[in-house]
Amino acid sequence: MTATKLPFAASSDVGDLIACPTCDALLHERPVAVGETARCPRCHTVIEAPRALAMTRIIMLALSALILMVAAIFFPFLELEAAGMIRRSSLLDTVMAYSGGLTEPLTIVMAALIVVLPTTRFLGLLYVLAPMAFGWHPARHAAPVFRFVELLRPWAMAEVFVVGVAVALVKVGGLAHISLGPAFWAFVALVIVTVLKDNFMSRVTVWKTLDARRRS
Amino acid sequence: MENTGRPPQILTAHRAGLIGCTQCGKVHHPGTARCGRCGAALARFNTASLQRVWAWLIAGLVVYVPANLYPMLRTTQLGREYDNTILGGVLELMHHGDIGVALIVFLASIVIPVSKFVAISYLALSIPHRVRLPSHRRHLLYEVVEFIGRWSMIDVFVVAILSSLVQLDFAATIRPGIAAASFALSVAFTMLAALSFDPRLIWDEAD
Repeated sequence: MTATKLPFAASSDVGDLIACPTCDALLHERPVAVGETARCPRCHTVIEAPRALAMTRIIMLALSALILMVAAIFFPFLELEAAGMIRRSSLLDTVMAYSGGLTEPLTIVMAALIVVLPTTRFLGLLYVLAPMAFGWHPARHAAPVFRFVELLRPWAMAEVFVVGVAVALVKVGGLAHISLGPAFWAFVALVIVTVLKDNFMSRVTVWKTLDARRRS
Repeated sequence: MENTGRPPQILTAHRAGLIGCTQCGKVHHPGTARCGRCGAALARFNTASLQRVWAWLIAGLVVYVPANLYPMLRTTQLGREYDNTILGGVLELMHHGDIGVALIVFLASIVIPVSKFVAISYLALSIPHRVRLPSHRRHLLYEVVEFIGRWSMIDVFVVAILSSLVQLDFAATIRPGIAAASFALSVAFTMLAALSFDPRLIWDEAD
């Protein structure tokens, strides 16, 4: 991307221009090669970063994330053993921890942040990117779905939850013996997969691909 | 990049009399309501959006007060009940010798929220007033604030995990306290404040 020089005639054709989504710098658009990273010359935000087979990789990762999420919900998450008593806790128990009393609304928030929103993101990404990976036309309403997926990005907090688990383990460590269940490892894998997936994804590239493949 | 200091006059879409889409970067002529590529609503940025930043920030600050005063955890151990506030939990971890974890909780629950309040106020104030920090530094600050905000939720998750796990009848029971709800609200409000802030304002200096 090269900056637009100041004597700029506001001509009628704006097709070969791109504005940095973060700082609004007006740039001349040029094709970005696969593997290359195009940054804004002013604020250095990554504008485009096309990667080989990125679409396919993202949908594979989103699919694995979905499967891992199912495992994380239904298998025991943590197991606590103290004074001869064993207490198993699943992800659903954790979500339900705030139910009852004044903290009741937090139940919904917990469910949303660690299960519903991440799952919605994976499903939305699959819906938008699967047709792209196969070289088809975009699915119906792909644009609003992808906008929604990007809107949810800061609110899907699976990775924050994993760090929370680690802190909780140390807190109870002295009190009782704790072992990690299979669901915990599923959830850790889910976080790794999510981070990989988000690294592969370049928002502007997805929008351009959707636009180029649009049915006309 | 060759220009690390103050980049020489870079034209913005705004200055050129055009509107850039904040989602996909497509440039439009003024008067267009929605982006032709991604369908996002287009808006020329103005300082009125700062009002939304202040509103969310003040809301976040208001609920952060009860989050620190009321108990976050209620532990019943052998018939006796203890209340733990956020700071109390940190101190208790330190007494147990878990300095590392105490530090994580202290960072996530106290240092990050407080510095977020300061940083967002600073960014919002830096738009109408002149400040010494150059644009690219303030942009970095904005990105850090946006990235780090969600990590404050750690303590809310910790409370949930502890209360679901430690239900050992007489030996020990942990229940969440009301502060968890106001703390979660505070984190959400400050995240919304950071999201309402338009980074394009940082770069739009009259110079």
